[in-house]
Amino acid sequence: MSGFRVLKPGVLSLFQDAGRLGHHALGLTTGGPMDGEAFYWANRLTGNAEGVTALEVAQGGLRLESTGATSVAVAGAVMPLKINGQTKALWRSHRVTAGDVLELGHATAGLRAYVAASGGFNAPVHFGSTAVVQREGLGALLHVGQEIVCGTPADLDWALPMEQIPRYEAPVTLRVVEGYQAAEFSAEALRMFYGSAFQVSPRSDRMGYRLEGNPVLAPAGERLSEGIAYGAVQVPPDGQPIVLLNDRPTIGGYPKLGTVLSLDCWKLAQCMPGATVYFEVIALETAQTLVEEAMRARDATALKRGA
Amino acid sequence: MPDDLMRIEVAGENALIVYMGDTLSPCVADRVRFLDQQLRKRLADQLVDTVPSYASVLVIYRPDRIRMEALQEHIEEFGRATSEPMAKEDGLLVTLPVWYGPEAGPDLMAFAETNGLSPDEVVQRHHAREYRVYAIGFAPGFAYLGEVDEAIARPRLATPRQHVPTGSVGIADRQTAVYPAESPGGWNLIGRCPVRIFDPQAAAPMPMGVGDRIQFEPISRSEYLKLGGMP
Repeated sequence: MSGFRVLKPGVLSLFQDAGRLGHHALGLTTGGPMDGEAFYWANRLTGNAEGVTALEVAQGGLRLESTGATSVAVAGAVMPLKINGQTKALWRSHRVTAGDVLELGHATAGLRAYVAASGGFNAPVHFGSTAVVQREGLGALLHVGQEIVCGTPADLDWALPMEQIPRYEAPVTLRVVEGYQAAEFSAEALRMFYGSAFQVSPRSDRMGYRLEGNPVLAPAGERLSEGIAYGAVQVPPDGQPIVLLNDRPTIGGYPKLGTVLSLDCWKLAQCMPGATVYFEVIALETAQTLVEEAMRARDATALKRGA
Repeated sequence: MPDDLMRIEVAGENALIVYMGDTLSPCVADRVRFLDQQLRKRLADQLVDTVPSYASVLVIYRPDRIRMEALQEHIEEFGRATSEPMAKEDGLLVTLPVWYGPEAGPDLMAFAETNGLSPDEVVQRHHAREYRVYAIGFAPGFAYLGEVDEAIARPRLATPRQHVPTGSVGIADRQTAVYPAESPGGWNLIGRCPVRIFDPQAAAPMPMGVGDRIQFEPISRSEYLKLGGMP
């Protein structure tokens, strides 16, 4: 049986699958991978189906000891990966056997990397999902000595073609589909929003990314709390926009001027505090086409032999 | 917004938000509940999830299974039906026992100064009427109930508590709620409910949903303990 023993849990390492879907009516958020693209590739490279449980490692510092033969892959932020002390490439699968030690150093570009193992990690399921959401007490952080069992092992040697590997560079432009209360924002507020540079606040987390910059005047008046979609941009009275991400509250009452394209939410989730971001409006139809094309393109991408 | 109208706005590349009104009222809550139920029943395979709230329903859909235009047509059809009599059927009525009193509700005494009511009067007015579940959120299983008698409306505490015990019953402005788990919180606490409002292990984790009705029933401390309330 393949699996791993946790030697060092790292700064913030969380089991994540496709997310907890269908339970918003109970007030449960979705969780799930903050960077859906890197998560997808980590699973593909280890022969897993889409949405199988992987480890989301924020910042780094994880050390695991393999307890059986299988294949692993790390995709996402640039974190030095070592297996038994030897430097290994990200974005490709590696074979490990019992006793091998896998170590992730600290991120130098990007923030989150995904560790996948063939067959996936067996993590506790809550409401149909293994996604760990600390705020809701669903799932738990890794601890030293923890034994993680994996699914069916595989012997794989795959790599993502170099030109497909995303680069995590600031500044990032976030494309916004306008909606919600967009019509209530003044022309001046929208000019400020689309025309300014914003910095990622250190108070950003899995719930949302807080941005600091020229204040965007929010429309006045109280609103009844309403459902918050993934990527929704809310503007509280202080005018500092917040992009709500995977662990967002299900409802909220601040005015929202639209929603960041999912593909760009993934890029935002790789931004470190201090990174510069811009907003750009995008037509709904264009956004839908872009997402469709991106999904088709990645499914059509052929992995190459690692060699 | 007139009673039978609704407004649909884009809420993202794969989400629409449907406004059934812009005020908090039992009538709007009925229509929200009806629309949400229709969506969940009739388009289960096409939707990722829905979020019913005070006056709106957020609808997140699967673009590989339905186009936004087609979803919009369905919503308009269900929306028209919300003005028909069948949509006005009452939600479930759930009775929740509450042990009221200064020991269970440390803010009960404070109403005398701000609202001019004795603890007994606050308690009496709190359980005298039936409430609606207007929204669920903030934390898993946290149900916003409304509206309380204006005489017992009280703003949130200036400084929220670090630890509010599980089952605490609180008032914030004209809303009331039962804390489903221990958490920080700023609502004015007036009692405690022994019923587990949110049980992640249960097949039905909550006894109520958005649009349902709640009636509080006063019980003694010993009944509270007998019903499994935490001391």
